[in-house]
Amino acid sequence: MLDKNAIAKRIAREVKDGMYVNLGIGIPTLVANYIPKGINVTLQSENGILGMGPFPFEGEEDADLINAGKQTVTLLPGSVIFDSAMSFGMIRAQKVDLTILGAMEVSEEGDIANWKIPGKMVKGMGGAMDLVASAKNIIVAMQHVNKAGESKLLPKCTLPLTGIKCIKRVVTELAVLDVTPQGFKLLERAPGVSVEDIKKATAGKLIVEGDIPEMVID
Amino acid sequence: MNKVVKNVDEALKDFRDGMTLMVGGFGLCGIPENCIAALVRKGIKGLTCISNNAGVDDFGLGLLLQQKQIKKMIASYVGENAEFERLMLTGEMEVELIPQGTLATRCMAAGYGMPAIFTPAGVGTEVAQGKEVRRFSYNGVEKDYLMEYAFDSDAALVKAWRGDTEGNLVYRSTARNFNPMMAMAGKITIAEVEELVPAGTLDPDQIHTPGIYVHRIFQGEKYEKRIEQRTVRKK
Repeated sequence: MLDKNAIAKRIAREVKDGMYVNLGIGIPTLVANYIPKGINVTLQSENGILGMGPFPFEGEEDADLINAGKQTVTLLPGSVIFDSAMSFGMIRAQKVDLTILGAMEVSEEGDIANWKIPGKMVKGMGGAMDLVASAKNIIVAMQHVNKAGESKLLPKCTLPLTGIKCIKRVVTELAVLDVTPQGFKLLERAPGVSVEDIKKATAGKLIVEGDIPEMVID
Repeated sequence: MNKVVKNVDEALKDFRDGMTLMVGGFGLCGIPENCIAALVRKGIKGLTCISNNAGVDDFGLGLLLQQKQIKKMIASYVGENAEFERLMLTGEMEVELIPQGTLATRCMAAGYGMPAIFTPAGVGTEVAQGKEVRRFSYNGVEKDYLMEYAFDSDAALVKAWRGDTEGNLVYRSTARNFNPMMAMAGKITIAEVEELVPAGTLDPDQIHTPGIYVHRIFQGEKYEKRIEQRTVRKK
């Protein structure tokens, strides 16, 4: 079973040289820490940055320079600042190659829910609906089951949707799965996790073909 | 044309209860601190506010929420404000949550004189309820788009880094965010700036918002510029 950092590490292997990548809040943010050496990517933050750098050194924080999670960040050489309309313009026009975001639920058809639990929690969708409606390639980083032990990979989402038929790949503490027209296709399992464990934790249709290799993380 | 007013009170002299206001900023970054403080001080209520976020409990638009001056909030993300979540879940305040890109583009449309735009954000979700859906081909792919209207607001409150007496504005870093689109969209646009300079000081090639969009500009004071999530690394 993987911890949050290991999930981020595994996802970092999906990032290819030359990509423009948008990272959501939570586990996706951690992906930036594990991008392999020699791979150059440009991070987009939807509040208006291309070329976002790491957190600033202590004492060098700038209140005017934050990421979409409202955290203080820095700019790398070659970076650019723009307004929110242009930021979502480049997202809608599919200039951003890869979007990585968290989710509360994903369905076997690739629907995603991540912004509201009716009567309990309403934080809002932020930029997630725009991102999932337009991105060419979307990877979800999340826990396989919720705190109550219920599967988050479902036949149909039960929570209000963020987007429909848009998720391509899901990486959890247990497995890497692709969303296919037939359902969730199991690609890799986490070290020490069996196919049986993954079957038990997946409520949506799971396709297992042949031997399922263990994930390579480092 | 000289757009300078003496202070925030003169800038907001005709503001009244029940107005619809656009308020610039992303989180607490680039918010019009002086204008918000003045709205609290003047006790203007029944406001509809269009802003990406709702501040935090004790700063930004959170100050107006505390005093129950906001009747309706139109925003994309309100997770930073516990009081907001409470007012919304109990139904004490009307709330419309919309996708962030839709929010930005509805402001832009208003400033560009376009009554509506089409976006794929929210198709198949509750955001699409009651909206016209049209099918278009874009980049070789046919899919559904929602029609979203340009915002119709009474005034826009924006914050810039530097501005000149003509109302031309320059923003600094990610404090730019929603400010340029909202500045363009206001029937009355009020700009508060950290530094007000004489016309001719700013490089015309580097101006973000042309002064034609700005009706009143004033030198702001006592900027707190609070940081919401102070994240650092060790040297």
